[in-house]
Amino acid sequence: MISVLGSGVAGLCAATALAERGLDVEVIEPQDAPDPVSALAGGMLAPFCEGETAPEAVVRMGAGAADWWESHGAEVHRRGTLVVAPARDAAELDRFARATQGHDWVDPGALEPDLAGRFARGLFFAGEAHMDPRAALARLRARLVEMGVRFHSGPARGQIIDCTGWAAAPHLPDLRAVRGEMLLLHAPDVALSRTVRLLHPRFPCYVVPRGDGHYMVGATMVESARPGPVTARAVMELLSTAWTLHPAFAEAELVETGAGLRPAFPDNIPALRFGAERIFFNGMYRHGFLAAPALAEKLAATLRQETAPCVSS
Amino acid sequence: MFYGIDLQSRLMLGTAQYPSPAVLREAIAASGTQVITVSLRREGPDGAAFRQILSQSGCRILPNTAGCHTAREAITTARMARELFGTRWIKLEVIGHADTLQPDPFALVEAARVLCAEGFKVFPYTTEDLVLGEKLVEAGCRVLMPWGAPIGSGQGLRNIEGLRAMRAHFPNVPLVIDAGIGAPSDAARAMELGFDAVLLNTAVAQADDPVAMAAAFARAVEAGRMAQAAGLMPRRDMAAPSTPVFGTAELA
Repeated sequence: MISVLGSGVAGLCAATALAERGLDVEVIEPQDAPDPVSALAGGMLAPFCEGETAPEAVVRMGAGAADWWESHGAEVHRRGTLVVAPARDAAELDRFARATQGHDWVDPGALEPDLAGRFARGLFFAGEAHMDPRAALARLRARLVEMGVRFHSGPARGQIIDCTGWAAAPHLPDLRAVRGEMLLLHAPDVALSRTVRLLHPRFPCYVVPRGDGHYMVGATMVESARPGPVTARAVMELLSTAWTLHPAFAEAELVETGAGLRPAFPDNIPALRFGAERIFFNGMYRHGFLAAPALAEKLAATLRQETAPCVSS
Repeated sequence: MFYGIDLQSRLMLGTAQYPSPAVLREAIAASGTQVITVSLRREGPDGAAFRQILSQSGCRILPNTAGCHTAREAITTARMARELFGTRWIKLEVIGHADTLQPDPFALVEAARVLCAEGFKVFPYTTEDLVLGEKLVEAGCRVLMPWGAPIGSGQGLRNIEGLRAMRAHFPNVPLVIDAGIGAPSDAARAMELGFDAVLLNTAVAQADDPVAMAAAFARAVEAGRMAQAAGLMPRRDMAAPSTPVFGTAELA
């Protein structure tokens, strides 16, 4: 038996990959466990854009993410990512172009008519996609239940796969928290069909369409383990960047705010750590939905190999 | 000497905006810096993990009050920094303008007075204004940190003559160019002008390769300092031939 601890993006991807290889797996959700921070994610499947700051390993891990999610029931919108900058920060665009691959220069208004005339030029990452992370996780969970995987709050048995994010910090001394804050807006006046990133020297932000006029706006990055709700500063920064992207965001309803702690290793690369008593699937940082599928498949392949002699005998 | 501390490296490094703490650690090592600065206003006391990474670098920590817009905020942040890092050093920033991040000179002097009286070793982020510099020294500051250009702008030394005048006006006060440095040549220039050190962040943190850029800045700062000590030749109005032309033998 393999017990997966935690039902955020890491836990559900791990359980899925293990169950699909025929391994006996269960998912443990202790009753006092905090809500998974995955629910606050942007749901961008944007390996090339992340490559601006993320190492090549993350870009590689994320290459197959959109396909994986789509083949696991998620509604993946393959609309690419549009990156723009206010006129006075145009140099940021050149820097971003230099630091990334897989893009073309475009007229932003040609791709997103609502942005026509607002930005002279933009970068288009045609190979990227986005999805609703909550819907994707709900779908994954339903598939696991259909496959007969049990979810319960009892004790773990057998091999433990620890996918508890920041809660695993006592076991992982080099894990740190990077606080992130996000907003959900209802802005029926704005029509954007793809993820748009607005570059800014201090407050970069992205807007991900959720459908029905809803937009997720994220996200701050603060080197802090401070829990609690979003700060006024975060809301001001995120709203002002959204407003810079399109002034009609000022009329939006602020439907939801969220703050969570991203678990991160010192190199900010999600990883599997093989401990003496359990395997840690952690350090997802801002790459949970991008990197979890690849890590889950790697984990499952490793465990399948280890158990293979027993199966064949 | 910075409050009695002699530093081998005259490059001070900020710690924000790096791709990861691992890259930051490598950049610190490549820069050879002995002083790193860290902000606290937004992170608060819960940023222990990041602070630990900084402490492990072996560098002296110069906490800063970045993000503070009033003297009171800056004073509170400085006191918190003293507790968290166990240091009396504080880089005092009181921002007067949210967009240009220009210091508020009045609040800066007010906060410097309070903090110096409490025994802090204050490194004020200031402009090249001479009167303001005098007021800060009078308040108890033994180091001044004039800007080269607005924070994060990478515009280099925007007012060379003003900075030159400041250097001449405060011959015995250590002066550190803080903010605005974009290229290693800017840093070298600052050192050639006789400044005691440079402090920078974005130019390294947001380079495509922060570690290589940190090494480049280390060399530029060293070169500028060495050149200043060696005695730069004065600028001349005309090209000066190095051998006399008049009176040489005509052999044709």
